[in-house]
Amino acid sequence: MKFVLNDELIEDNTLPSDFSALRYLREKRGLTGTKEGCGSGDCGACTLLVGALEEGELKYSTFNSCITPVQSLDGKHVVSVEYLSDADKLHPAQQAMVEHHGSQCGFCTPGIILSLASLYENSQASDKTIDRESVCDAISGNLCRCTGYRPIIDAGLAMQKSSVEELTPWSNLADNTESIKAKLASLQAEAKAANNYFQPQTLVEFLTIKADHKGATLVAGGTDLMLENTQRFHDFGVLVDVSQINELTKIEDNGTQLTIGASVTYSELEQFSKTRYPHLYHLLERIASRQIRNRGTIGGNVANASPIADMPPILLAFDADIQIVNLDGSQRTVSIHDFYQSYKQTVLTEGEVIASFTMELARLADFHRFYKVSKRMEDDISSVMLATRFNVNDGQISDLRLAFGGMAATPIRAEKAEAALLNSDVNDEQALSNALTILKDELTPLSDMRASARYRSDMACNLVRKAWLELNGHSIPTFSGHPVSDASPGYELTSNTSQSAQQGGASHA
Amino acid sequence: MRKLPNDLTIQKDNAKVAGQTFNNKLKQPIHESAKKHVTGEAIYIDDMPEWPNELHVATGKSTEAHADIVSINLEKVRAYPGVIDVIVQSDIPGEVDVSPVLSGDLLLAGDFVHYIGQPIFAVAATSFRAAKQAVELAEIEYKTREATLHPKESLARQEFVLPTHTITCGDVSAAMASAPRKIKSDLYIKGQEHFYLEGQISVATPTEDNGVVVYASSQHPAEVQKLVAKVLGVPVGQVLVEVRRMGGGFGGKESQAAVLGCMAAVLAIRNRRPVKYRMPRQDDMVQTGKRHDFWNSYEVGFSEEGEILSAEYDMVGKCGCTADLSDGVVDRAMFHADNAYFLPNARISGYRGKTHTVSNTAFRGFGGPKGVLLAETVVEEIACSVGKDALDIRKLNCYQDGKSKTPYGQEVDENVLLTLMEELEESSGYRARRSAIQAFNKQSPFVKKGLALTPVKFGISFTSKHLNQGGALVHIYTDGSVHVSHGGTEMGQGLYTKVAQIVAKTFGIDYQRVNVGSTRTDKVPNASPTAASAGTDLNGMAALDAAQTIKVRLQEFAMEHFGIAAEEFAIEDDTVFLAKETMSFPEFVKLAYMNRVSLSSTGFYKTPKIGYDRKAAKGRPFLYYANGAAVAEVVVDTFTGEYKVTQVDILHDVGASINSDIDIGQIEGAFVQGMGWLTSEELSWDEKGRITTNSPANYKIPTSADVPEKFNVKLFDRANSEESVYRSKAVGEPPLMLGISVWCALKDACAAMSDHTFSPPLSVPATPEAVFYSMQAAKEFSAGAVLNSEKSVKIL
Repeated sequence: MKFVLNDELIEDNTLPSDFSALRYLREKRGLTGTKEGCGSGDCGACTLLVGALEEGELKYSTFNSCITPVQSLDGKHVVSVEYLSDADKLHPAQQAMVEHHGSQCGFCTPGIILSLASLYENSQASDKTIDRESVCDAISGNLCRCTGYRPIIDAGLAMQKSSVEELTPWSNLADNTESIKAKLASLQAEAKAANNYFQPQTLVEFLTIKADHKGATLVAGGTDLMLENTQRFHDFGVLVDVSQINELTKIEDNGTQLTIGASVTYSELEQFSKTRYPHLYHLLERIASRQIRNRGTIGGNVANASPIADMPPILLAFDADIQIVNLDGSQRTVSIHDFYQSYKQTVLTEGEVIASFTMELARLADFHRFYKVSKRMEDDISSVMLATRFNVNDGQISDLRLAFGGMAATPIRAEKAEAALLNSDVNDEQALSNALTILKDELTPLSDMRASARYRSDMACNLVRKAWLELNGHSIPTFSGHPVSDASPGYELTSNTSQSAQQGGASHA
Repeated sequence: MRKLPNDLTIQKDNAKVAGQTFNNKLKQPIHESAKKHVTGEAIYIDDMPEWPNELHVATGKSTEAHADIVSINLEKVRAYPGVIDVIVQSDIPGEVDVSPVLSGDLLLAGDFVHYIGQPIFAVAATSFRAAKQAVELAEIEYKTREATLHPKESLARQEFVLPTHTITCGDVSAAMASAPRKIKSDLYIKGQEHFYLEGQISVATPTEDNGVVVYASSQHPAEVQKLVAKVLGVPVGQVLVEVRRMGGGFGGKESQAAVLGCMAAVLAIRNRRPVKYRMPRQDDMVQTGKRHDFWNSYEVGFSEEGEILSAEYDMVGKCGCTADLSDGVVDRAMFHADNAYFLPNARISGYRGKTHTVSNTAFRGFGGPKGVLLAETVVEEIACSVGKDALDIRKLNCYQDGKSKTPYGQEVDENVLLTLMEELEESSGYRARRSAIQAFNKQSPFVKKGLALTPVKFGISFTSKHLNQGGALVHIYTDGSVHVSHGGTEMGQGLYTKVAQIVAKTFGIDYQRVNVGSTRTDKVPNASPTAASAGTDLNGMAALDAAQTIKVRLQEFAMEHFGIAAEEFAIEDDTVFLAKETMSFPEFVKLAYMNRVSLSSTGFYKTPKIGYDRKAAKGRPFLYYANGAAVAEVVVDTFTGEYKVTQVDILHDVGASINSDIDIGQIEGAFVQGMGWLTSEELSWDEKGRITTNSPANYKIPTSADVPEKFNVKLFDRANSEESVYRSKAVGEPPLMLGISVWCALKDACAAMSDHTFSPPLSVPATPEAVFYSMQAAKEFSAGAVLNSEKSVKIL
């Protein structure tokens, strides 16, 4: 493993495969500015920046170092809080946090500094202004128990301001871009050496490595897998990291189909869908935190097979196909509808890996809504999640999907309720009512610490009702992490809806 | 050198000094560690360099809520690679009880366990992972007993950790009998996980003569010291405890941090090696106590106008398996069951319910929030009953002239509350917003808005009288730099900054000259915990006393040395005035040193006037009250019960602020923490007594997106009428209860489903699920009312 840590080239081939970046910094390098708050990627005290070359440009993003194997950072630039200041000079994020009283106990502060620094650097690079929403997005994975966040948000908003006011805004990151780029380029050119953590760059390379290490565990973003290591103290053997496999990291639109590589991160899909698929974008914003979305992959979310994952219901709603690659290089395609077998069980066999997901553009053009209900807007797991799609033809529902998370042992479709609505008039309230009665019987969720069975059941029905009302042109707000504006009664995402209402519930937006 | 004139005596009048106020809003310092926080230089205990031979601790935990231990087999644990030492209760050299006040908290369980997660044995290993992996290999056999898991069961079974206490005033039953209106109901209030970002941690290093140095993340180093000495069986003086800073405390490190210091110390002494005991987050959430759940039942009688005539409150705290600090917690809940409202006739009973769950402990507000929430629920119910805006009921019942005596007999005589509420009512535009919201709700089928203004009146002083003392030690060095030690601990609240400001102001010197050092038990002995919001009140006053003692010495020296009168000596703006001469502070200090003036002093403070007669349940437990009020506005999704807080306006009374930036930081932080307690933070336990919310993945404290953009906080600008330090008021806990405005606003939005004809019950915390079913209740009530009166009202 070789990477650049702050301004130092690191080479270390002595580490266990699952040794976290946080432990590496604190225990091996004495860099104790980075803190462990939870060890599960939920608090952000351990946030670091990782810089990578993307088409010749150096791009930085945040990640939770407590659940990131340090060896996954091979070839990257890793930045900790110690890098950002120099004697009396502070990075604009640090300066603004000091001036706005953004720290009290200080334990979450280094993580917040990195999140804000990432926002600052990326905004400078792209000439974007920093607004409240971008600050909240940047620190969505940073918990602070002292300040109530107001001064931190103010600090985030003031970063650019202070850089304008001061004669020389100083940023060690910006100042050293060229030398870091050169270092990373030379690392890229070097041959990789690995013994227990492999990061293949191509599918062929992956298959070779996997053939040599039959018992190896696959890891993508590791945002769930690594909890085995940090919460249950399990020691992994060989890890094969699929996140860098070129063929798996692409999003392609060929005019009839959309293909999403299994190793595409949430953040990447978010960027892609922002203007193309706003409903998908808004749901992605509700998944975990910025740090997790920078690491977590769509394939990981699906293969992990959690019944409360948010991507599977979306794929169910769009009848996605899953392309699977076998160890022998052969491929097969499985419909998402056949993928989940029972709790945490999929059709994937030993040696298989998901390559990509494919959806018909025609289905993506159907009316669709995704709703997530959880105790907290940001960085929370769904109590219930509904992904729904309606195709309306001549005023009748000609096709629909009601797909849920949190309602069964697997992500699941309510097929009986779907059948009850199929071919009904789009505005037939009786049909809706029948479907909801059926839905109540069809799915029998559990009670747990996130929600009662009764609430899950009631939510399943109410979310379907909400989608149906939106389909019929009602303007209904969906709350999110974003502030609610005063424009009442509808707040967000209403323009398309009212448009479709005017078109008499016509199917495509 | 001339002699001091005989007729000139110098008065050391601390009260007079402290009675001035700060007027430094333009040049007040930032948090003393701010720069160290943002650069990562600030050192927390886990950041201290480790010794090569350092050991790490993990404990083996009970998997039963209430059971006898039949057998323990630790062979596999001992054999695990990296394990150096394994101890059970009988290996503890001194006493095994580490209770803060009473008894029952055992460092390691003996032959029985009384909560899931209770430590039974401890492992010291060469790495943290080895220790964690090893403890899983234990084989422990239990014989289970029936467990009490809910305070309702505690009450039914009369299982208490301490005796019940009752406060009464007036003639409750007569007033209740004759009251025109009555409401009888109950409210179950869930607790709260502290979730300090830095988990519990201590490092112990053995010293000579069987002594030990403990670096603790504790709000109460003196108690850690005492308990470490106790478990080691050595004199207290053999133990040194140091606390530089905590990564958050919030009460969770008042009593329960001691266990870590004790465990590390026992293992350090046994093995003659430094030992670190750091609880990973999950252990911390399972093994350490939380805010108490409370089950509050109430009956209130009131007039047609909504004036409270009589109140009967039964408050059952879920104390857990031992007393810990629960006596004070339940007392404070009782002392705050009136909140801002006059109760002419009242009976308030506080029960210390015993449950087979982790022993609950201090948490910012210390029981107070459970009293205040009860009081606010009562006024909301009354408002609905008499058909008035809840604010009118609040103002009607608010303490004021002629309605100023609390049920426990203390006078509320500052007349701040009503003025403050009215000022906020005006500045927040409460009435206009109320009308706008009513109009909005009428025409908005899918979302409803809610609004509430809630006050807080919070008593300042420890209810345990002896804790109301502070100590400090101040040195001036010959270069004019000043070092301060005091008994208070820094957990982010800015205590060190405020104390340095106080010392600088008392001397008349620049703040930059003053350095506040780590809190150490060998500098200031027997210090009280940094708790009860009293950190600055007690330690600031003690530091002021020490500074004042030295300043008087300097004055005496100047008079003698320069032959000037007392009033000709002054230190102001960092300059020493000697009649017509001036000198720099360092020059003057050097001169004093050369003339053998002692430049070091201790300082001490004890809170005057207070005393509570427990037998009579009357007295003055508090020196003064800190007050505040908040207006919260919310919008609720009727499909799901999800909601957003859209605006918050706060006006809060900190007396004459010592540092307004720090005070506002405390207010905002406490508000959001209080809001979290009442909204997204939900503790959950299974039927076996196991906590299921054991991680931030399933226990959700607020994020930045939960904080409203319109978040206006102002200080109520009036000096404390009591002689507190520079006429300031305590600020740590009181504003937490301003978060109750959010809960009341949500309740208001739910009631909108019935056009406020019904006050629907709303669980605590008001998760989306709770809000949804509260709205359903209002809707169903309304539907029933519609059926009854055959009116046609459109309800969604």
